[in-house]
Amino acid sequence: MSPTVDSDVRVYLDPTSERTAISRTLAERPPSLDGKVIGLLDIIKPRGDVFLDRLETLLNERGLRTLRFRKPTFTKVAPIDLRHEIATKCDVIVEALAD
Amino acid sequence: MGTPLPDGIVAVVKADCPTCRLVAPVLAELRAAGVPLTVFTQDDPAFPAGLDPVDDTELDVSVALDLDTVPTLVRVEGGTEVDRLVGWSRPQWEKFTGVGPLGDGLPEHRPGCGSLTTDPAVIERLAARSTGLRSRRLELARLEDEAEAFFERGWTDGLPVVPPTPARVLRMLGGTTRAADEVVAVVGPDFADCTVEKAAVNAVMAGCRPEYFPVVLAAVEAACTDEFNMHGLLCTTWFSGPVVIVNGPITTEIGMNSGVNALGQGNRANATIGRALQLIVRNIGGGRPGEIDRSTLGGPGKYTFCFAEDEAGSPWEPLSVERGFPEGISTVTLFAGDGPRGMCDQKSRDPESLARSLAWALDSVWHPKLALITDAVLVVSPEHGRVFREAGWSKARLRERLLELGTKPLSEIAAGAQGCAEGMAVGPGGVKSAFGGSAGDADAATDPAEVRIPKFVPDGLLIVHAGGTAGLFSAVIGGWARGAIGSSPVTREVKQ
Repeated sequence: MSPTVDSDVRVYLDPTSERTAISRTLAERPPSLDGKVIGLLDIIKPRGDVFLDRLETLLNERGLRTLRFRKPTFTKVAPIDLRHEIATKCDVIVEALAD
Repeated sequence: MGTPLPDGIVAVVKADCPTCRLVAPVLAELRAAGVPLTVFTQDDPAFPAGLDPVDDTELDVSVALDLDTVPTLVRVEGGTEVDRLVGWSRPQWEKFTGVGPLGDGLPEHRPGCGSLTTDPAVIERLAARSTGLRSRRLELARLEDEAEAFFERGWTDGLPVVPPTPARVLRMLGGTTRAADEVVAVVGPDFADCTVEKAAVNAVMAGCRPEYFPVVLAAVEAACTDEFNMHGLLCTTWFSGPVVIVNGPITTEIGMNSGVNALGQGNRANATIGRALQLIVRNIGGGRPGEIDRSTLGGPGKYTFCFAEDEAGSPWEPLSVERGFPEGISTVTLFAGDGPRGMCDQKSRDPESLARSLAWALDSVWHPKLALITDAVLVVSPEHGRVFREAGWSKARLRERLLELGTKPLSEIAAGAQGCAEGMAVGPGGVKSAFGGSAGDADAATDPAEVRIPKFVPDGLLIVHAGGTAGLFSAVIGGWARGAIGSSPVTREVKQ
């Protein structure tokens, strides 16, 4: 087996002066959901899945396509590979927070 | 390590080690005998089965114990190591644990294997984790394309870069004795601090090897002086960029090219040292074309322009010696220059004739009718250099002659003379250079044929020797605005 140190996430060093904060502007909201792939992200807080199940049913009834995702833990930001997968597979994302 | 070691016997093993697999039943015997045993595993978290191994795949415990070998037994009292044993030896294990007989059917002795912490690939990862590199981390998903990710962030010069992983940056930092957090220079136009670490990140991206890094650091220092004026050079509408001329033993030590195609492509050191400087100006200084870099046309030298002087074959003393450094000291000389323009003279066999050709080539810098506006580098090739060597012309004599030949009467180069509006302006107070400085005494009453104006100032004509041994060609590297108005050449020692 190979060691797991740093092997799962690829890390690089920022070559800039770091005077500019890393920020991304939010994508524009689509005027309509027609034809869009809708990601439903469960952060795994209890009963978040109940909300997302109902939402998925309603979206599917309108003929919209949904994909489900789960964070490994609600206490940490989503792993970068999960974020990348969502970004590449979905047009919009609904993240459910429950408490 | 965050938590102290558990008291009793600590064993560190890895599944990949045959000796560790051999002693797995012995560890089970110890556990069965009531020995307080904790097993840490470096690779497979399930090995050895049945002994509740503690996952040390992050190697925190192994690093804290400074292990060379697995299996290693450590006796711990009060959270502190008091004794240790490496490899397998039946009598030593029995003595160490106080349990026996152990390992029925096993050989008496078996050396251990290397701890994963000694694996060269792992060492670099561990070092990257613990050396305190301060640069902001960028994380990419496995499916993201690294080259594209760097393009998207605007961190390249238009060509792909080597992704700056912590391990690569650490290797680059191994090329210098300077501390990673030391500030090398303040880089314009943003006037941001460039630490040794930040320079290393960009040197990795440029493709440098660690042994080039001292040259990069010296070039950054030289470029960011007030005399060289990297800020102004970056912002100008003119063509120039920093030209890096390297002298001294380091040029051969790192395999720089001063011969065939010296000003061209194909040599890693030449290419990447110049590129590293440009990436530092871009990424740390914030100098990006179309933003604060306003060059009208630019030039290919703004990707990279770095070469070594051919000292061994030169008829003259090296540029570095001429500029005040002892023979044997490695230096960089930064010159704010355009791309090279070629000059052909295949007929001159005497130095006076060849000097005339070179002077004509130098006349064309900026404009044949503009004088005292810029400096220039003359790159004399071996076949042209031979003419001066055989005639016994020193570099000083050649320079003196070039300055004489480049001195023109105002009647030839004044604005409007020879049917061309461009040229030296005459106004109140005398002849003006293009940037308003005085270029000579004259007024409306002066006979312009009597006023003679040199093209260059004496220390504004740098002469170096480089190139392949075939070709009666030399090159002129024209400069940007000279002196206090623009840039002066700057030489710095390359320090390891």
